[in-house]
Amino acid sequence: MKKDLLILGIETSCDETAVAIIKNGREIAANIVASQIESHKRFGGVVPEIASRHHVEQITIVIEEALKQANVTFAEIDAIAVTEGPGLVGALLIGVNAAKALAFAHNKPLVPVHHIAGHIYANRLVTELKFPLLALVVSGGHTELVYMKEHGHFDIIGETRDDAAGEAYDKVARTLNMPYPGGPHIDRMAQEGSPTIDLPRAWLEEGSYDFSFSGLKSAVINTVHNAEQRGESIAPEDLAASFQASVIEVLVKKTERAVAEYGVNQVLVAGGVAANKGLRAALEKAFADNSRVELVIPPLSLCTDNAAMIAAAGSVMFEKGIRAELSLNANPGLDIEIYNN
Amino acid sequence: MTILAIDTSNYALGVALLEDNQILGEYITNLKKNHSVRIMPAIQTLMKDCERVPADLTKIVVAKGPGSYTGVRIGVTIAKTLAWTLQIPLVGISSLEILASGTGRYFEGYVSPLFDARRGQVYTALYQFQNGNLTTVEQDQLVMLADWAGKLTELSKPILFVGNDLPIHRAKIEELLGTKAIFASITEHNPRPSELALLGRDIQGEDIHSFVPNYIRLAEAEAKWLEAKGKISNG
Ligand SMILES: [Zn+2]
Repeated sequence: MKKDLLILGIETSCDETAVAIIKNGREIAANIVASQIESHKRFGGVVPEIASRHHVEQITIVIEEALKQANVTFAEIDAIAVTEGPGLVGALLIGVNAAKALAFAHNKPLVPVHHIAGHIYANRLVTELKFPLLALVVSGGHTELVYMKEHGHFDIIGETRDDAAGEAYDKVARTLNMPYPGGPHIDRMAQEGSPTIDLPRAWLEEGSYDFSFSGLKSAVINTVHNAEQRGESIAPEDLAASFQASVIEVLVKKTERAVAEYGVNQVLVAGGVAANKGLRAALEKAFADNSRVELVIPPLSLCTDNAAMIAAAGSVMFEKGIRAELSLNANPGLDIEIYNN
Repeated sequence: MTILAIDTSNYALGVALLEDNQILGEYITNLKKNHSVRIMPAIQTLMKDCERVPADLTKIVVAKGPGSYTGVRIGVTIAKTLAWTLQIPLVGISSLEILASGTGRYFEGYVSPLFDARRGQVYTALYQFQNGNLTTVEQDQLVMLADWAGKLTELSKPILFVGNDLPIHRAKIEELLGTKAIFASITEHNPRPSELALLGRDIQGEDIHSFVPNYIRLAEAEAKWLEAKGKISNG
C-alpha cells in the first residue's frame, strides 16, 4: 500500500500567519491561522512593516501548533510548501525563509506555491476537481477568471484592469464610514437595503472577460458627495445594496458566459470575497438550473487566507515535480502561469 | 559543541561555524544583494565544506539588530526556525556588539561601532574591552551623529570608530573629536560572524517562540498611532 502524502504548507503573504498539514492533497490534518486583523484595525488597513513584525513573532508558534494538531513529526512530512508570491514582500519573506530553514534542517523538498493557485485549490479540500474547470477568484488583491485544463495548469482568461473587487469594497466601506475590513459590513448592509440607486456596470469591450471596478467606486463616492452638497440623505443600506448589485452582476454574467464558451465541468469560487453572501446567492441562482456544471464554494474558513490551501496546491505541485532551491526568494509580483510547463 | 552564527542585519552577510575552541569556517560578503536569496545557500555551502550536517549543531547565534528591518528579520526568522526545529538553544547578539568585538580587542580606549540610519542619524553604542571581555558602556541607540560625537568629547580615552558606513560620517567625527577619534582599518569594517559565534558561545539560550529582532525603532505607523493617542512623543 502506498504511504500517505503529507505536505506542510506555510502562508504569510499578507496579515495571516498560517501553517497547515494536508494528507494526500485533500484531507486537512492541521490548519492553524494566527490572524493579525485586530492589530491592523487601528490603522484602517494592513501596514506592511507591522505585518512583517507580527509574522516573526508568530511563525514558530504556528508551525508547532500545526504539527501538534496533526500529531506528526518532520520525519513523516514529505515536503514543505510555501507561498512564494504574490503578496507583501516583507511578509512573504518570513514564510519563505522559515520554509527554507525547515527544508534544510530536515532535508525535505521545498515546493513554491502561487497564492492564487492556493485559493483555487482550497476547493479541492471540499470536493475533487473535475477538469476542464473555471475558477472565479475574488479577493482584496485579485479579481480573475482562471481556466484549468488539468492539475497545476492555469490560464488567466480575464483579470481586473484596475481595482480588485475586494479593494473596491474596502474603499466604498470607507466612504460610508465603516471600519476596516469593510467587505463584510457592505455585504451585511446590502442585505438590509434595496438596489434603488443606478450605478454603472463595466462590461468593457465585447467578449472581454476582464474586470474594472474603479469607475463604479468613483460613482459611489460621487453619489455620496452630490447628495451631501444638495443636503439630501441616502440610505447607506440602499447604496451598499446598489454597489453590491453592480459588482455581483458583472462577476456572475462574465462567469456564466465563460462557462458556456469554455464548456467546463466545474465552477470554483476562490478568495476572501467568496465569503460574500450576496455573491454566493447570485452564483447559486445562476447555476441552479445548469445540471452540466457543478458550482463549488468553499466554507468561509477556506476562502480567507490560510495555509491548508497552500499545502493542497503544494501537494499537486510536489507530484508534478516542482521544486525550489534554497535560494528561493519572495516574489511579490509572481505570475500564476509560470509553472504551466 | 558546534555553533552556527548568522548575520544578515546589514549589507554584510555572514555565516560562521565555531566548534569547541576553533572557528571551522567563516563566510562574509559586503554586497548590496538580496540576503533572502543568498543566506541559506551560504549556510549550506559552509556546512558542507566543513562536513557538518544540521543535526550536528548545538546552538544558533544570530545578529538581532539594529540594522535593516527586512535584513535582520531574514536572519532572525531562519535562526528561530532552525533552533526551534533542531531543538537547540538560540542566542541573539547586538549587531553593533559584533562589530565592536571584531576590532579594539587590544586597544586602550572605547569602541564606537556604527551603522548609518539616514538624515544625520546613526545606530551606535559604546563598548570597552576589559581583561579581554567586551563590556557595554552605552547601550545600542539611534542618535544624531553630531549629538553622539559631542557627547564623546567628554571622554578621556580615545575612541575607535568602526563600520562600513564610516565614510558618510568621518569628516563630522574628525571635526568634533579631533585626534581623539581613531578609525579602524577597512579590513575590520565587516562584522565578523566568527565574533558573533564567540559572543554567543557561553550565553544561555533565550525563549525561541518570543524571540524578535531589536529594531530600536517602532514601526512608523505605530509611532504615529501612539503619538495620536497622546501616549508618547516618539522621536
Ligand atoms: Zn488571498
